[in-house]
Amino acid sequence: MGRLKTLALAASTAMFAATMALADDHKLKVGMITTLSGGGAGLGIDVRDGFMLAVKLAGGDDMDVVIEDDQRKPDIAVQLADKMIQSDKVDVLTGIIWSNLAMAVVPAVTAQGKFYLSPNAGPSALAGKGCSPFYFNVAWQNDNLHEAAGAYANDAGYKNTFILAPNYPAGKDALTGFKRYFKGNLAGEVYTKLGQKDYAAEIAQIRASGADSVFFFLPGGMGISFLKQYADSGVGLPVVGPAFSFDQGILQAVGDAALGVKNTSQWSKDLDNEANRKFVAAFQAEYGRLPSLYASQGYDTANLLLSAMEKADVDDPEAFRAALKEADFDSVRGNFAFGPNQHPIQNIYVREVIKEGDIYTNRIVATAFENHQDAYAAECKM
Amino acid sequence: MSALLLIEQVLNGLQFGVMLFLMAAGLTLVFGVMGLINLAHGSLYMVGAFAAAAVAAATGSFLLALAASLTAAALAGALVELAVIRRLYDRDHLDQVLATFALILIFSEGTRWLFGSFPLYLDIPDYLSGPVTLPGGIRYPLYRLALIVIGLLVAAGLFLLIARTRLGMRIRAGQSDREMIAALGVNISALYTMVFALGAALAGLAGALVGAIQSVQVGMGEPVLILAFVVIVIGGIGSVRGALIGALLVGLTDTLGGALLPSFFSLFMDPASATSVGSALASMLIYILMAGVLVVRPSGLFGRV
Repeated sequence: MGRLKTLALAASTAMFAATMALADDHKLKVGMITTLSGGGAGLGIDVRDGFMLAVKLAGGDDMDVVIEDDQRKPDIAVQLADKMIQSDKVDVLTGIIWSNLAMAVVPAVTAQGKFYLSPNAGPSALAGKGCSPFYFNVAWQNDNLHEAAGAYANDAGYKNTFILAPNYPAGKDALTGFKRYFKGNLAGEVYTKLGQKDYAAEIAQIRASGADSVFFFLPGGMGISFLKQYADSGVGLPVVGPAFSFDQGILQAVGDAALGVKNTSQWSKDLDNEANRKFVAAFQAEYGRLPSLYASQGYDTANLLLSAMEKADVDDPEAFRAALKEADFDSVRGNFAFGPNQHPIQNIYVREVIKEGDIYTNRIVATAFENHQDAYAAECKM
Repeated sequence: MSALLLIEQVLNGLQFGVMLFLMAAGLTLVFGVMGLINLAHGSLYMVGAFAAAAVAAATGSFLLALAASLTAAALAGALVELAVIRRLYDRDHLDQVLATFALILIFSEGTRWLFGSFPLYLDIPDYLSGPVTLPGGIRYPLYRLALIVIGLLVAAGLFLLIARTRLGMRIRAGQSDREMIAALGVNISALYTMVFALGAALAGLAGALVGAIQSVQVGMGEPVLILAFVVIVIGGIGSVRGALIGALLVGLTDTLGGALLPSFFSLFMDPASATSVGSALASMLIYILMAGVLVVRPSGLFGRV
């Protein structure tokens, strides 16, 4: 038995050495797990398209990207991550949209010493005590845009707001973030089901609550259903929300009902910097539609990765991590830096929904926060 | 909680319930008459919604879209019955589950191939949009009110069909004794195709009606299918009346539970945890209801023992 064990150990060491030898001159391999089907498909498709656009503009010959659809199901995301690490031998993972999937996948990935760059989900648990040297968030910590929405609601003079979000980690972060800055009363606080499509019961509660405004965080198809039903209900209170509730993919389906609505975002199509102008033009030329904030996040994620690849080899994790942390790339958001917990420090803007020709889109009307950092950074020990 | 809000939530529950009934009626008929478990029923709901969205986009007419949803789902149902389901009547339930699960995958991928992964949008027609004021000062969306009326009319039509027509008589006879009505000279395979197409058409209609307030997307039928199974288990498998009562019970329990439980818990908890405990419990409520019904009546409310 002892001899067999030694033999097995020797064999596996030899195999390990062989893969190491192969790894020396291989391309960087990226595994992208994202949502490409169902009600959340628009978000994943935008992240993927933004990411692949950056890879293409950079020449695209020193990175292999494996893309798989998680169907917004945590169990499938976990299987895909295992498959990508064990059989595809990826070096870096990215792509997850939903925080409940991120919570299922990211801790396991970073524990195996693989890098994970988040292009979207930023659950508070991974920003504070659960932070990891191998985890970088290129988008935002979940609370951030909602904090800005809370601050904006104060400025707009709302005193009694009804707030709602889906019942999953990002929904809880959303309402926590909003409440951190909002000074008025809450007329009601409701958690809906993730993926819920009928909001009749919630809209009835809003109508009866005596609120003067509504804050909602409902990304993707959920936001479209809510806004259509809200407009049809005739409640008519002003709404405010994060950019996720009014992104480029949602606006076209909702139409006039969204015009004039204020929302908060770290990015907008009209941000005036060279990287952003290039991104917006290239994205339209490549895909024939306007980019959403999800696409901008995918694009920045790829550019961050490309900038780190120029400085270090992924087989030297310490050096690669240092290179990532420098964030030495031209972000479409302008100023971009990582805080101590490897989450962004960035500006957050207030946008307004407008109509340009036949297209509904957003433009920046104010800056909510400058160089804003998340509230969990101090809890991160690494 | 005010009376107005309560009445509005009851209306919401009714609306959800009658839509569930359209879905559950076909499922329970097919199971009652042919003894077949059809997991692909949700796909027929999706087919109806997509047909409606495509026709509405092409013609701009909501009524044509509804007609298209009925026709497309009935045709898809008849086709599936002739090609696949017909071979499964004599097999056991596991084979039926396997084959109809395969049908779900085929329908989903086929629809994705035709229409893409992005959700489609079907708009409420202008004459049904906006709120109306009901007696007592309740403002309620007209379209949802129309859904309740359509659902109840379909239910009434279905009862008349089953109780008063020759086709209905054959359906009831088929439920009681399949071999005997075949021996009496009824063309049983034509009857089966017709029942299957009828169930499919109802599911397709539900898909189109609900698609207009939600969104039309691949995989939209499966969450509803689970609820429809809960409905027919509560109502008693094979009973259309049971399906109606079960659907209304599930619709009301789900809607009122989601609305009332959080405020109930906030009587003795802080608001944030009341909301999370309340909504967690509300999502379990219909399964608790199902378990409760099964304890008292193991074959469902109107099931034959």
